[in-house]
Amino acid sequence: MASTRTSAQPKLTKAQEAQALLRHMLTIRVLDERMLKLQRAGRVGFAGSATGLEASIIGSAWALRPQDWLWSGLREGGAAVMRGMPLADYIAQMYCNSNDSAKGRQMCNHFQHKGTNYPSWSSVIGTQIVHGVGAAYAAKLRGVDEVHAIYGGDGSTSSNGFHSGLNFAGVWKVPCYFVIIDNGWAISVCSRNQTAAKSYADKAAAYGLPGFEVDGNDVTAVVAASRKCHALALKHQPSLLVLKSYRMMGHSSSDDPTKYRDEKEVAAWQKRDPINAFEKKLLAAKLIDKKHRAKAEAEIAAMIDAEIHHQEAAPKMALKTLVEDVYAEVPRHLRRQYNSFIAVAERLGHATPGDGAFPL
Amino acid sequence: MATLTLIQAVNDALKTAMRTDPNVLVFGEDVGPKGGVFLATDGLTKEFGEKRCFDTPLSEDGIVGAAIGMATNGLKPIAEIQFQDFIFPAFDQIVSEAAKLRYRSGGQYTCPLVIRTPYGGGIRGGLYHSQSGEAYFCHTPGLKVVIPSTPYDAKGLLLASIDDPDPVLFLEPKALYRSVKGEVPEGRYTVDLSTLRTAREGTGVTVFCYGAMVPVCLRAAEQAAAKGIECHVVDLRTLLPLDEEGVIDAAKRTGRVVVVHEAPRFCGFGGEISAILAENCIEWMEAPIVRVTGFDTPFPNTLEHHYMPDDRRVLDAVEHVWNY
Repeated sequence: MASTRTSAQPKLTKAQEAQALLRHMLTIRVLDERMLKLQRAGRVGFAGSATGLEASIIGSAWALRPQDWLWSGLREGGAAVMRGMPLADYIAQMYCNSNDSAKGRQMCNHFQHKGTNYPSWSSVIGTQIVHGVGAAYAAKLRGVDEVHAIYGGDGSTSSNGFHSGLNFAGVWKVPCYFVIIDNGWAISVCSRNQTAAKSYADKAAAYGLPGFEVDGNDVTAVVAASRKCHALALKHQPSLLVLKSYRMMGHSSSDDPTKYRDEKEVAAWQKRDPINAFEKKLLAAKLIDKKHRAKAEAEIAAMIDAEIHHQEAAPKMALKTLVEDVYAEVPRHLRRQYNSFIAVAERLGHATPGDGAFPL
Repeated sequence: MATLTLIQAVNDALKTAMRTDPNVLVFGEDVGPKGGVFLATDGLTKEFGEKRCFDTPLSEDGIVGAAIGMATNGLKPIAEIQFQDFIFPAFDQIVSEAAKLRYRSGGQYTCPLVIRTPYGGGIRGGLYHSQSGEAYFCHTPGLKVVIPSTPYDAKGLLLASIDDPDPVLFLEPKALYRSVKGEVPEGRYTVDLSTLRTAREGTGVTVFCYGAMVPVCLRAAEQAAAKGIECHVVDLRTLLPLDEEGVIDAAKRTGRVVVVHEAPRFCGFGGEISAILAENCIEWMEAPIVRVTGFDTPFPNTLEHHYMPDDRRVLDAVEHVWNY
C-alpha cells in the first residue's frame, strides 16, 4: 500500500507530528481571529470562522498526500493552507482583490488552490460531493494514484448531492472518502432537525459503505480515522467519516447565534476546545513547554499581519474581468456588451488605461 | 459517403470521438448494453468496454455532477439525459456548477463536457417526453446550447461540441431522429459552433427556426414559393452564443421576419430574436416581427399536432408579414 504521509513533511517523529498538528490548528484559529477583525473594521466583506472545528479540519486532511484532492464544503481553507496554499492566496481571496486567483469573483471565504488540488467550490450545498466522486472515477479510469477527500457539513447530508455522491461512489468503487463535519448547526437548524438518524454515519449503510463516527475535537482520533479512510480509498473502497464537533461562532459574520441556541451549550463545548485539549495533552507528554503556544501564535500572527499589509496595497481590478472566463474565449456578444459599457465609463472618467475596448 | 438518419449520425459522432480520444466516455441511464432508449449509444459498450460507456444509477443530478468532476480531472465526459424533460434535477449542477466553474475560479478550473438529450414533441409522449426547454438554458452564461436539424450537422456539431473547452448542452430533436436522412462523411469533421446555416435562400420573408421546426419551415417555404413569396430560411443551429451578426444580416435581407419554435412563446427564444432585431435594425423592418410557437401551456398529448407549429401556421405568418 502507498504511504499515507502528509503533504508538508516526509517522515515525522511522533513529537514533530504532534507539534505540526498543533501549529496548523493554531494557524486556523489565528487566521479566523484576524479575518473577523478585518470584517468588523470593514476591510473585508464577510468572514466565516472555523473556531472549534480545527481538529476536524486539520486531522481529516492530515492523511492526504500531495497528489490527493480535497473537495471543500465550506470551512476547510485551513486544510488548504496546511497542504501548501500560500497565506497570500488565502488573504487575497478574503479581500477579493486583483491578487485573488479567482479574480475577486467569489464572495469571501470561497478558497481555491490548484497547486494543492483544492478545487473552486460554489455556495450551493452538496453539489461538490458528486464532483469529487466523478473526479475519483477519472483517476481510476486514467490509472492515476489519487485519493479524493470530499467534505460537507451536517446540513449537506440532506442534499441531493450527498445522496447521489455516496450512491455513485458505492456503485463505482472509486478512490474517495467523505468527511462530514457535524458541527451541530446548519446556520440555525440543529442536527436533530436535520435527520432522525442517530448518527449521520448510519447513512453510509444504505449505500453499502462503511461509516465511522469519531470525536471531531480529538485531533489524534481524527488523524487515525482519516488514515483508515484513506487506506480504504486506496483500495477503491469509499467510506463515510462523521466528525462530531461544534461551531463556536455564528455561521458567519452576518449571523447572530444567540437567537437560536443556548449559551449553556456553547459554554459546555468551550470546555472541550480542541486546541486547548491537544495543548494539554502535549504539555503532559512534555512534547511542548508552556511558552510554546503563545510563541507559535505570535509567529503566525506576524506572518498574517505582514500579508494583510501586502494585500491592502493590491492593484485595482481590471474591468475586462467582468466578461472574461465566461468561456475560453470572450465571445462576440460579450465583447460588444463590454465595449458599450467601457464607452460610458471612459466618457465619465471611470476607466483606466488598459480597460480599453475589445476588437470586434 | 453514407446516407444516415439523424440518430445514426449521432451514434457515428460518438464512435468517431471515442476512437480518437481514450479520455472520451459516455454514460447515462440505459446507454450501456441496451444502447439507449432511442439507440443513440448502440454498440458503444461492445466496442469501447463498460468503463467508457456505461449505465449509471437513476439520478440526473448525479450524472451531470459526476461528469463535472470527471471534466475537472482530465476526462471528456458525454452525459446522456434520457429525455430533456428529466433534466431538471440536474439543473442545479448545470447552472450553478458547470456553467460557472471557469468564471468563478478565474480560469483555474474548467468544465469541458457535453450533455446530450432528446427534446421536443411529435412522438405522442405527453407532458414529460415532449418539452423544449432551451430557453431555461439560454439564460445561463457559461453554457453553450446547440441544436442540429440535419444528420450532417448532428455529427459535425456534436464533434465540435466534444472538442469545445466549455460545457455544451446538445439538444437532439427526437422527432427528426429517424424522419430525416442525409449524406454524412465518414471519419472526423466539425461544424463550427455559433454559426447559423442558411437552409433556403430567398428575398421575400426571413424565417428563423431550429431543430425539428426546420423541416416544417422548409415545407411552408415551398408552399409560399408557389404563391410567389420566396422565404429565406435560417437554421440557427447554436442558440448560445448566438451568431447575432448572422441573424441581423439575414433579417435585413428581407425586412420581414417570422420566428418559429415549438417551445412556449412567453420568454421563449423568439423573444430574444425579436429584441435583437428591434435593437439593431428596426429601421429595416417592413412589417411587425411575428412569432409562431407552442402555446403557453404544458405540452398536451392528444392535441400535440395542434400545439406544435405546422407548415400551415408558418405559412399563415409568412403571408401576414409579406402582405403587411
